[in-house]
Amino acid sequence: MSQGQRIRWELTALAYLAAGIMFFPIFWLFLTGFKSEGEAIAIPPKLIFQPTLESIQEALTRSDYGLHFLNSIISAMGSTALALLLAIPAAYSMAFYPTRRTQGLLLWMISTKMMPPVGVIIPVYLIFRDLRWLDNVWALALIYTVMNLPVVVWTLYAFFREVPHEIMEAARVDGASIPQELLRVLLPLSVPAIASAALLSIILAWNETFWSLNLTSAQASPLSVYVASFKTAEGLFWAKMSAASMIAILPVMVMGWLAQRQLVRGLTFGAIK
Amino acid sequence: MTYHRVLTRPRPQALRPNSFWLLGPAVLLLIVWTQIPFVLTLYHSFRRFNLLNPERQGFVGFENFASLLTDPIFWTAILNTLVLVGSVLLITVAVGLLLAVLFYQDFPGRALARTLVISPFFVMPVVSALIWKNMLMHPVYGLFAWIAEGLGQRPIDWLATYPMQSIVMMVSWQWIPFAMLLILTGLQSLSKEQLEAAKIDGANAWQEFRYIIVPHLAQTLSVVVMLETIFLLTIFAEIYASTSGGPGLATTTLPYLIYLKAFGEYRIGVAAAGAVFAVILANIVAIFVLRMIGRNLQGGRT
Repeated sequence: MSQGQRIRWELTALAYLAAGIMFFPIFWLFLTGFKSEGEAIAIPPKLIFQPTLESIQEALTRSDYGLHFLNSIISAMGSTALALLLAIPAAYSMAFYPTRRTQGLLLWMISTKMMPPVGVIIPVYLIFRDLRWLDNVWALALIYTVMNLPVVVWTLYAFFREVPHEIMEAARVDGASIPQELLRVLLPLSVPAIASAALLSIILAWNETFWSLNLTSAQASPLSVYVASFKTAEGLFWAKMSAASMIAILPVMVMGWLAQRQLVRGLTFGAIK
Repeated sequence: MTYHRVLTRPRPQALRPNSFWLLGPAVLLLIVWTQIPFVLTLYHSFRRFNLLNPERQGFVGFENFASLLTDPIFWTAILNTLVLVGSVLLITVAVGLLLAVLFYQDFPGRALARTLVISPFFVMPVVSALIWKNMLMHPVYGLFAWIAEGLGQRPIDWLATYPMQSIVMMVSWQWIPFAMLLILTGLQSLSKEQLEAAKIDGANAWQEFRYIIVPHLAQTLSVVVMLETIFLLTIFAEIYASTSGGPGLATTTLPYLIYLKAFGEYRIGVAAAGAVFAVILANIVAIFVLRMIGRNLQGGRT
């Protein structure tokens, strides 16, 4: 083996080692989710054990788990659908019919994403209280829409700008109206961009914890808040906690794996080429 | 290029759609839920308003700001915030850079290994706090305690003894993937010819890294630092679910302090004043990021 080959091989081994270390805490969580409560806190830690679905079953069949899971789905999916509905026309307008103000407008939209949530939480909380929107999952979805709108607009805008104008112009010459042009010409072309914007938006909304902790309680709280209720588990219910956490993170982790390429584009707003 | 062409050859007005209806809803929603609330935050920061005693309201000038600025807790929180953001930045950029270089090369199973490395970024912050706090750092049942005992050391109660370091570790674990992915994207836009030329000129691996890769990455790194700063300034859930700002004030950051003032003590005015500081802190960085994004927007396609 030449020296170059050896270095290459060593670097590869190092990359695998890094992957193992970074993933280990997640692996450990998943493992604990398949243990019984006694095994979960056993010292020395048990690597080999009789896996049981008991904790997962228990987590899933608890009546409130279903409610929180549903809340997570409503707030993540609902906010993403609404964000797409608002962002598609906006990105279309800015990409195909830019004016002198377009760039400033786009930058302004992006700048709203850079506003820390604590900067607006107090008035939003008071408004929600007065409207009786506290602990309402649809109201939470509205906040998530606002939170993700800049990311979705940006992702779509960056994609729309690459669509050849000739295609759109041809449709216009053929007498297509704007809704027709959008629905029949642009959207079919944009399925990949819309999918990646949607994935990113779902991931961000699903994992969001500041707004959900402060705006929801028993009825509307998503999984993030439910899982946070395990924070005082000093050696108690670790298997249940792990099972509940595992089910809470698995769906979006898979989405994250699928969206890893678009992640950079969506979260950097084109600051990195 | 398309951008400029359209700008220089505008379509006849009749063919342009009414952008008011296309853009209006999105813009309106953002104004109503981000700009107006911020103005209200400013308004509350100059008023006395305690949710437990709502009758006693009124304009108090800069009193809220003064009470914050003279409160040592506020300065502790600012310091903690800066320590947290600074340490996480250092760790994530350094480790992210190393990982990006490792994953830049092609090797069998790279896609799988990269997927494993970036997974922590998709873990809900609350869950990662629970994993670290309980299963890894717990002084009795935690994995670290077991390892320490195996090495003949006394197990450490991490979150009690080294609270800030523990939070930094937890948050770094989540943000290393972000830094790595961005830097990897930057690396992949590096031209192969440049590296070849350096090799022919007799550069060794270190020189190649130091004099070609690092300067090329300077812009990427500055973007990583700025974006991470903006996101890290808002870290909340990790602290909420692991230390609740303690022990004492050891991990109370600015967002957590504002949360305590608003929803623990119900002092809306003081919390709003703190929020104004948080926005100022974020904006110092955001201005630079936005300028960079604006430059790239003008530079044609992205």
